[in-house]
Amino acid sequence: MSSRRSRSRPSSGSSRITDDQILDLVSKLQQLLPEIGNRRSDKVSAAKVLQDTCNCIRSLHREVDDLSERLSELLATTDTAQAAIIRNLLTQ
Amino acid sequence: MTSVHPNSTTTTRFARRFLISLSRMRRPITLGPPSDEEVCRRTRRIKLAAYSSMARAVGSRRAWSRALLLKVRNRVRFQGILRNRFLASKKKRVIKRNKASGEMNKTDMLRKLVPGGETMDICGLLEETAHYMASLATQVKVMQSIVDQYSK
Repeated sequence: MSSRRSRSRPSSGSSRITDDQILDLVSKLQQLLPEIGNRRSDKVSAAKVLQDTCNCIRSLHREVDDLSERLSELLATTDTAQAAIIRNLLTQ
Repeated sequence: MTSVHPNSTTTTRFARRFLISLSRMRRPITLGPPSDEEVCRRTRRIKLAAYSSMARAVGSRRAWSRALLLKVRNRVRFQGILRNRFLASKKKRVIKRNKASGEMNKTDMLRKLVPGGETMDICGLLEETAHYMASLATQVKVMQSIVDQYSK
């Protein structure tokens, strides 16, 4: 997909997505990814960007799971300080 | 293209909603260390609260937040029975149409990860992915800072 740089003509009637549109979106995704290596090379393949995106989302999901578990344990142990902390945070 | 990063309003809205749902979680009745099942149940509720709060803070502007809110609502009401029947047939039709494209594997993986991704075209999917990823990162950041506050 990264080798096709020619502009494809939109077909009559139907909303065919142009290659350039997809490339723009993929490069936007690429910029969001935290790896430093992506900045240097311009020709990172779309497949790698998609793969990295999937990995990134999966790790974010895992982090949410871990944080939820930690919050659950913290909620169970703290008692009266709980309401005070939350009120404190809400007013910040 | 507009920025995908959630602005400070969305972040604040998410933080407020999430903290309010946290404060509503009932404190354990039994004294002493909570059972594993209790912790598990509360973990699920917290996780659900986090995702719903984020989706509500984003609002119905994005397809992924709409899909997520729908999924949460259906989980509460129908336990997924009716919803699965309707969406399963729609998914099959869309997947057959999308199989024509070359990069099936990676795109399908992405569809499964992004809420509502199964029925989007590739263009919409990539846009929604970018926004979803940025919102997830914000969600993690806020949750982490709450945990840090609690741990002090």
